[in-house]
Amino acid sequence: MLNRYGWWQWLIIVGVIVPGIFFALPNLFGDDPGIQVRGSRGTALSSVDFDRLKALVAEPESGLIRASLDEKGASFRFSTPGAQLKARDRFESELKDRYTIALTLLPAAPAWFESMSARPMYLGLDLRGGVHFLMEVDMDGAIRRMEERYVADLRSTLRTANVRHRGVRRKSEGGIVITLRTVSDQDKARETILRELPDLELTGVQEGAPDRVLAHLSQRAKDELSEFALEQNITALRNRIDELGVAEPVVQRQGDRRIVVQLPGVQDTARAKRILGRTATLEMMLVDEEHNLDSAVTGSPPPGSRIFYMRDGRPILLKNRVMYSGDNIVDAAASIDTQTGGPIVSITLDAAGARINQRVTGKNIGKRMAVLYIETRSKIKTDAQGRPQKGPQGRTLRTSQRIEEVITAPVIRDQLGKRFQIEGLDSVTEGQDLALMLRAGSLAAPVEIIEERTVGPSLGQANISQGFRSVVIGFGLVLIFMFIYYRTFGLFANVALALNLVLMVAVLSVFQATLTLPGVAGIVLTVGMAVDANVLIFERIREELGNGNSPQASIHMGYNRAMSTIVDANITTLIAALVLFNFGTGPIKGFAITLSIGIVTSMFTAIVLTRGLVNLFYGGRRVDKLAI
Amino acid sequence: MYFLKREPRIDFLGRRGLAGIVSAVLIVIGIVSLGVRGLAFGIDFTGGTLVEVSYEETVEASSVRDLIAKAGFESALVQYFGTSKDILVRLPASAVEDAAQVSSRIMVALRSPYKETLVTSASGDLQQCLSYGGASGRCAVQMRRVEFVGPQVGEELTQKGGLAMLYALLGILIYVSWRFEWRFAIGAVAALVHDVLITVGVFSVLGLEFSLPVLAAILAVIGYSLNDTIVVFDRVRENFRKMRRGTPIEIMNVSVNQTLSRTLLTSLTTLLVVLTLLTIGGEVINGFATALLVGVLVGTYSSIFIANPAVLVLGISREAMLPVKKEGAEADALP
Repeated sequence: MLNRYGWWQWLIIVGVIVPGIFFALPNLFGDDPGIQVRGSRGTALSSVDFDRLKALVAEPESGLIRASLDEKGASFRFSTPGAQLKARDRFESELKDRYTIALTLLPAAPAWFESMSARPMYLGLDLRGGVHFLMEVDMDGAIRRMEERYVADLRSTLRTANVRHRGVRRKSEGGIVITLRTVSDQDKARETILRELPDLELTGVQEGAPDRVLAHLSQRAKDELSEFALEQNITALRNRIDELGVAEPVVQRQGDRRIVVQLPGVQDTARAKRILGRTATLEMMLVDEEHNLDSAVTGSPPPGSRIFYMRDGRPILLKNRVMYSGDNIVDAAASIDTQTGGPIVSITLDAAGARINQRVTGKNIGKRMAVLYIETRSKIKTDAQGRPQKGPQGRTLRTSQRIEEVITAPVIRDQLGKRFQIEGLDSVTEGQDLALMLRAGSLAAPVEIIEERTVGPSLGQANISQGFRSVVIGFGLVLIFMFIYYRTFGLFANVALALNLVLMVAVLSVFQATLTLPGVAGIVLTVGMAVDANVLIFERIREELGNGNSPQASIHMGYNRAMSTIVDANITTLIAALVLFNFGTGPIKGFAITLSIGIVTSMFTAIVLTRGLVNLFYGGRRVDKLAI
Repeated sequence: MYFLKREPRIDFLGRRGLAGIVSAVLIVIGIVSLGVRGLAFGIDFTGGTLVEVSYEETVEASSVRDLIAKAGFESALVQYFGTSKDILVRLPASAVEDAAQVSSRIMVALRSPYKETLVTSASGDLQQCLSYGGASGRCAVQMRRVEFVGPQVGEELTQKGGLAMLYALLGILIYVSWRFEWRFAIGAVAALVHDVLITVGVFSVLGLEFSLPVLAAILAVIGYSLNDTIVVFDRVRENFRKMRRGTPIEIMNVSVNQTLSRTLLTSLTTLLVVLTLLTIGGEVINGFATALLVGVLVGTYSSIFIANPAVLVLGISREAMLPVKKEGAEADALP
């Protein structure tokens, strides 16, 4: 019973503790006020521009601590928030709107920590403040829109193939019905559709309706569409967030129809919701001035035209054909008309849009062109109690509402080209929001916010300080108790407990796992539970001493016999923690993470480390009495 | 220092009838309360909107209520949160057009008497507002927290929460059956179900809010209580092999007594930190800490009084606990 560790056991202890302390260290330095400059819409910040920015804050009065450039963008650290704000204004006037400039807090640890990827823990939004959104993409809406497009495609395809039909329409429950003029065209129609539109599948001829062809989207086409809509929406959301100027935003898909958006530091959730959730776009159409508006309103509109409404409720007759839409817009900026004082949006078109614009406006000088504003809102169908209604496959049913308003319908005075302006907007805010949405691109399918968790800056700060206090006080109480109860062995356990805390912080920092408030509670709980292993061992040693064993033998047997109990007890707790992790959303996941990490690190500190300390103190010599 | 000067010889198993009655009464009270009063589910499960704001000065809850009712939210519940400067507004899930916008509209309504709109705020600072007069300064109404949970999310969470509980119990059942014996697995799970029922029952009787963190705490309690139970079972297993004589009841009594000081010690340190969380962890963590407090107390009790009797009732015997003949490791221990 020598109770000594070999060199390799010490190597393991040192090999865990030293990196543990190193990776935990960056957390001690706190934050500096900083500015992040990122390229928006996929463009990276060039080193030339980086140097220009650095020159702006070169003089010592600007309070710059350090500037760095990496693949994500540039970071500037400042000594005071005042210096940070001043620099932001300079950056904004220098770079105009080519890049996203955001205020943020940056770790104040020396740069060489970062170069060895030692970063402080990643704090969750409930600790640093900010908005968390969970958004659901209305895939049924996307499929509906796709089918509507196929109705138009089918008409033209059948026309080119000389298959005459009485009508092509979309069924309200999904699918497309084509009614043929002659029954004998059935085969020809089927052949044409299958050849020209491979994404459609046809069902067999129905009994009693030999003149009908039933088509629907193939499952593959639907899956592709869903995938595309989700990816496209994520891109559009990213672009929109870039416009908001948020540091370290998170946009992630979750499952096959949901997107998580996290905006640290954002407080104005009203604006964020307005901008993220909307699917606004524009379509340009010509006003039908050949037909009489009144008779169209009372009777039926002439073929090729449709009734729309202006914002003030007046009807207007527009030609069905869309000249070009929001997809052709490459840039949009909101401003105020110097003459009228009203809000305007200046629009720049891409080459195709500009060509169409030139041709159509050139031919129609003196006539009117309408700007149609289209927004799709999707909403869950609920029953009287506000509970969601379920469809046949257990999916939540939705209704989507398409809002179409003619913003303005001015007379074309001149041939238009690449640029033009839109008037008739309600407010400056609307102009800014519309410009932003046109710039960022439209959403492929409507989205809806189904969960929001916002934490204000003061609560985030309070959560940090309360969490920190709980850890310190809980830790202190346990330390005092263990020392009183076990004396020298209590001190060993306390060293292990302290290093356990360090290791937990290090693991959280290295993996950049999100630390949430429940996560902090998990740390506190671990502090109380981590001593369990030591209690088991020490009680066992006392027992063995009571049985008349020598101190050295008691230490040896105490550790050995308590081992299987500790492992069993910890593995079962780990099972509960892992289930929690799988079930968890956001904050709860944070709790499961710290709990799991704590279980693993505490097994190391409570068994391996305390044994080392005990061996160092008592091992290899004659001991008459243990201070336990 | 020692709590128990000598190894105690308390007849825990002899009091299993009494313990069974006490537990049964507690569980029945809980279940009746669940049936009659139900659980005060938080918006995490029901769906709805929650807004927490703080004022610079003391504010009348009734005037805030009027303000919100005027904005069209008559069903809103307005109450103080911690102090009379902090207000919590709750709204059940509703079928309104844009449910996600409700919180924004409530904030606008709350700010309207001060004629201010939010401009900007940096992390860690108070929110800055612009008053209609044009002056800017810190907002009189500070938004602290907004939570909106759509009805479908709440429904999913309820389902997933129940499933999580089941999976945790199932995982434990399998692990304990493998490491010990099926009677012990059922005994452990019986103790856990006992703990969960009583903890949830306490929440129902006291009308405390059952939120997502509370559910997490209950899962943590499952882990904790199991920890305790396993330690006792481990000793029972060891003593079955060590003590040549003695009925299962005697062996269990000795085992519980031998591990008693450890059980009390660990419960004490855990209670120390749980009480710390409860007193200074802040309002948000309150329900979580309460569930832990109840769970740790009940979990300690159940590992002593419930787990072992359950194994006994299932008919444990020495034969069942003798080492199974295995190749290798255990083979040399056999005669």
